[in-house]
Amino acid sequence: MNILNLFVIIPVLTVIGILFTKDYKGARVTAAVGMSLQLLTAVILVLSFFAQRKAGVHGDFLYLSDYTWFKTLNIHYCVGVDSIAVWMLLLASIVVFAGIFASWQVEYLAREFFISLILLATGVFGFFISLDLFTMFLFYELAVIPMYLLIGIWGSGPKEYSAMKLTLMLMGGSALLIVGLLGLYFYSSSAGPVTFNLLQLSKISFPLAMQRFFFPFLFVGFGILGALFPLHTWSPDGHSSAPTAVSMLHAGVLMKLGGYGCMRVAMFLLPDAAHEMSWIFLILTTISVVYGAFGAIWQKDLKYINAYSSVSHCGLVLFALLMMNKTSMDGAVLQMISHGLMTALFFALIGMIYGRTHTRNIDQMGGLMAVVPFLGVAYVIAGLASLGLPGLSGFVAEMTIFFGSFQHPDTFHRVATIIATSSIVITAVYILRVVGKLLLGQLKEKEYLEFPDAKWYERISLVVLIVPIAMIGFYPTFLSSTVMDALNPIVERLTAML
Amino acid sequence: MDIASFNLMRNELILVGIVLIMLIGEIFTKSENKNKLITLGTILFGVATLINFLPLQEGMLFGGSFQTTRMTMFMKSVLNLGVFIVFLQSNTWLKREDNHGKIGEFFILIISTLIGMNFMISSGDFLMMYIGLELATIPMAALAAYEKYSEKSAEAGIKLILTSALSSGILLYGLSFIYGTTGSIYFEDCVRNIGINPMQTFGFVFFVAGMAFKISLVPFHLWTADVYEGAPVNVTAYLSVVSKGAAAFTFMIILYRVFGSITKVWEPLLYTLAVATMTIGNLFALRQNNLKRFMAFSSIAQAGFILLGIMQGGTLGMTTVVYFMLIYVFTNLAAFGVISAISEFSGKENITDYNSLYKTNPRLSLILLLALFSLAGIPPVAGFFSKFFLFTAAGAKGYYILILIAVLNATISLYYYLRVVKAMLIDKSDEPIATFKTPWPMRISLLICVAGIFVIGFASVIYEYISSISFGIN
Repeated sequence: MNILNLFVIIPVLTVIGILFTKDYKGARVTAAVGMSLQLLTAVILVLSFFAQRKAGVHGDFLYLSDYTWFKTLNIHYCVGVDSIAVWMLLLASIVVFAGIFASWQVEYLAREFFISLILLATGVFGFFISLDLFTMFLFYELAVIPMYLLIGIWGSGPKEYSAMKLTLMLMGGSALLIVGLLGLYFYSSSAGPVTFNLLQLSKISFPLAMQRFFFPFLFVGFGILGALFPLHTWSPDGHSSAPTAVSMLHAGVLMKLGGYGCMRVAMFLLPDAAHEMSWIFLILTTISVVYGAFGAIWQKDLKYINAYSSVSHCGLVLFALLMMNKTSMDGAVLQMISHGLMTALFFALIGMIYGRTHTRNIDQMGGLMAVVPFLGVAYVIAGLASLGLPGLSGFVAEMTIFFGSFQHPDTFHRVATIIATSSIVITAVYILRVVGKLLLGQLKEKEYLEFPDAKWYERISLVVLIVPIAMIGFYPTFLSSTVMDALNPIVERLTAML
Repeated sequence: MDIASFNLMRNELILVGIVLIMLIGEIFTKSENKNKLITLGTILFGVATLINFLPLQEGMLFGGSFQTTRMTMFMKSVLNLGVFIVFLQSNTWLKREDNHGKIGEFFILIISTLIGMNFMISSGDFLMMYIGLELATIPMAALAAYEKYSEKSAEAGIKLILTSALSSGILLYGLSFIYGTTGSIYFEDCVRNIGINPMQTFGFVFFVAGMAFKISLVPFHLWTADVYEGAPVNVTAYLSVVSKGAAAFTFMIILYRVFGSITKVWEPLLYTLAVATMTIGNLFALRQNNLKRFMAFSSIAQAGFILLGIMQGGTLGMTTVVYFMLIYVFTNLAAFGVISAISEFSGKENITDYNSLYKTNPRLSLILLLALFSLAGIPPVAGFFSKFFLFTAAGAKGYYILILIAVLNATISLYYYLRVVKAMLIDKSDEPIATFKTPWPMRISLLICVAGIFVIGFASVIYEYISSISFGIN
């Protein structure tokens, strides 16, 4: 059987398993077992994928399989992965795995919590393996809707407001997507029967008028999930109200669905319009990058700081994609992976710190490094990765992006790049400010002295995230070159149109 | 005409048989045994539902007035399923003291209207269709006014009968123009003489208006909320699913078979109606607190989506509409089942009464959650598939702007469906509805609905079957 099907089967079986558990202990153990298996599958997939590549198996996508689903509509369940998708699957598995351990202490309606969390994960996995746009969209929506329950029930602060805002904005995005997808579907009739199949669609050159009409729908539709300015407003509220694991998964993986979709569907399939309209979106994403970073400076709530920082970093992903050359797009994918890991790490840490201090206001904290050294060090690592210190993943990604984007000879792209680069400095400002206030200085409360350092389950969660961040930082070549290979068809199609 | 050709009217004849049995049963049962009539009626009807799934020869009767095709059989089966579920759900309610003397009536009235709907669907001429329509409407008013000591119920009855009379009048007026200009009431003959002709267009618009009353499209929807609110829950369920479905089926069949040549006239008309219906239905649903009114506006909005499919005018359009209705039967009845069970137990019908329902009645709230997600079109439940396919049908016509309006409306609708979800799962309540055990007929009905909600979407076989028996404008 195709290994990719396991990415749907294992989560579904886990959900069914959780249904039969009695209490929160059973639920979390089942979830942990299921997601460990999932992580194992992802590792095996990565190994065997690159073993096959090494053995000389070509073709853009491997592990292809195709089952007809709705015959008259020519809708298929079609799966296959290239190396980008493989890395994204690994990223998602790591983050979900870490997320389960980070939410080890959830007791209130724990079964429902883990079921919703894993349903969300199913949507994410399914999205990355799908090659048929219908199934892709199905999984996409599946990933969005459990968010409402997760934030609404287990969240904190103005959770009902945030949950509703997030859900409606993301569903609004998927509303735009439906229009775009149906446009692709019906215009594919120029080359045989109508189809949702990504591979077949990528061979068609669509008329320019059609591209102009549908590109904004697809790009904005996915872009909302990728926190495209000015439609990013769901993100700060949503992330700060969400429970730890959900923030991790959402900022770490779900927002990548947006960038991935923009690249794989909107830009890949409608390249002419992508060229024509890229300037509008470049301006918007440049604003995202800088605005997000400035937004983070003013915040006092740890989660808000991180949420704004995510807006900035995810904006950078879209920014790099829109630069449309191989280096910058490579950087975009690296940034997706790097940001996925480090933002998950951040949110996990914030959850753990909040669990101890019961506040997320940085003014009320200080000197925590001495009390909880493990968490403190992890926070510093995450911070340094985020501000782009060499040796950690953030540096690799941002370097590649700015290297690539500065290759454009014209003024517009260069100015945009220069403006966007300024975010690195601003990022340093807010990260160092937080580290200083949170970890260094005087302890604010006496009772803080009694905090226990990271428990075993918290350590698992953190280590699983830190290791790949350092690995990418020290040895990015393999990741970067495999991503480059997978970008070939996309870049070719984009440049062929010039 | 021989005896065998009566077989073509199998479903109708069986239903008439059940009506007669119930009538006789009502007379000859002693007062203390009346409750057994409920079991009798439900079982008989269940058997009839099953029988209608058996394959049948296609053909026509009475010189083309009555037509049986595989499509009409399937549509009738969809309606039968809906009615069967409604019967299961009304079991406990019928056993109440004040319904004691009129159990038989309930079955007789519902099945009579169902017979009328069957005739509408199978009709081959306007007269048959009109007779069916009247048969489907007049007993409905009695049903709405079933709780005769409740003022609201009586009001619902009178509102229904008055608007129905008005709409029938409008419909007949339109039909008279069509008869006058084409010289025939038979669909086959009409088709040949239909063209762009001011008189016919005039008649056609009236015909559409008349049908729009039945499907409760905006701006002909004003009766809906009041009637839904006043009528007993189970009757409301019946009205919103079966009655609306039958009217939509008939409307679609006649548009395709008779007015296929003047798509230019009806497309802009339906376009406008669809936009108005979806938008206004949704906007009014936003602020409802009574769940029955809430479901009324939700069902108005859903009717707007159905128009997207009807407008396509081809096999695809018919398939998506029938598929949508099939899923809608299970989905909406699941929601109404829960509402009826709770209203039966506690008498509460407001959204705020549902606060913390998940704590006390987790299963019921899960079913309602699934049903609402399905209505909103969220995967993996069936509603996602049916809505997506309706959008596909509109896409086939190139109406991308209409799709945009529709999907944005679907997003708005998500807001109010989530309001109920929020009440059940998130909001705290000091006195939530107490834990209770649902009676077994209700459980069976909910089980059927949930199975339907999960299976029909994934089982592409069903879609393929509907597609194979659909027809479009030639």
